[in-house]
Amino acid sequence: MQMLPAVTSWILASLVDLNGPGRYVHWGFIQISVSNLILIGLMVVVFVAAILIPFRRHQGGDR
Amino acid sequence: MTTDLDTTHDPDSTVGKSADLPEDADQWTAKVRHAAVDALPPGRLLPDRQPAYVASWIYVFGVITLCALAVVILTGVVLAIFGPTWWHVSTVGLFFNSLHMWSVEVFFFAMVIHLWGKFFMAAWRGRRRATWVTGVVSFVVSVGAAFTGYLSQQNFDSQWISTQAKDGINSTGAGAIFNVTNFGQMIMWHIVLLPLVVVALVGLHVLMVRLRGVVTPFAAKNETPGGEPADATGAEVQA
Repeated sequence: MQMLPAVTSWILASLVDLNGPGRYVHWGFIQISVSNLILIGLMVVVFVAAILIPFRRHQGGDR
Repeated sequence: MTTDLDTTHDPDSTVGKSADLPEDADQWTAKVRHAAVDALPPGRLLPDRQPAYVASWIYVFGVITLCALAVVILTGVVLAIFGPTWWHVSTVGLFFNSLHMWSVEVFFFAMVIHLWGKFFMAAWRGRRRATWVTGVVSFVVSVGAAFTGYLSQQNFDSQWISTQAKDGINSTGAGAIFNVTNFGQMIMWHIVLLPLVVVALVGLHVLMVRLRGVVTPFAAKNETPGGEPADATGAEVQA
């Protein structure tokens, strides 16, 4: 049974193409794969969100 | 005959209870027990409430790291039971192999955010140096555990990583005792030695957090100059 329609599979495959050599970013002496760069960017986003997004407090304001 | 271990018919037996008979006070078991309870009373070891300043998402990532580590270990145990052919060939094996790999990803993702959060809080304040150091060493050892895991995949990826890594390891001189192309050695490091060290260090880290309490933010009203709350349990610093 096909889990995803062909178009959806194609879009996902084009977004994250893991069938081939990895792509790298070169910046001076720095060389990093695009996947690792995206992961580091995601960590920064989650870090900032964790600081800015309010934490739900229980009644009474404690905890 | 009634022995010390036979408590079935002896309602006054003190076996299994915290009996503190004066004549036993000099025994090493009593000394260790008292020292442990004094350092970490049950209320501090497993508190019901947390300080008010803990109500922030940035404090959640340590627990996420612990949860991911639990999944890593559980899936690793399953992989160890059934072996490489199973995790490469069967559908369920591939699923557990993926669970193991992705839980490692979550583990490092959450641990790095936890590390950033604690770094910018200067979480070593208030006699929490040991907490910080055990966390840092846990991170470094975890990198080694993950590295030996990638070497133990038994696929082209592990071949590539090992042949690339051997030059780096050999350049340090460690290749004589730590041979990354030796699959047997790498998998033993991965499933025995390094998990033991990681779990011991993480356990120590969590104990230190319970002992010293969660570090206060810089701007907390009732923070002492040393960064230490009046009581490490934080009970009295609730808003």
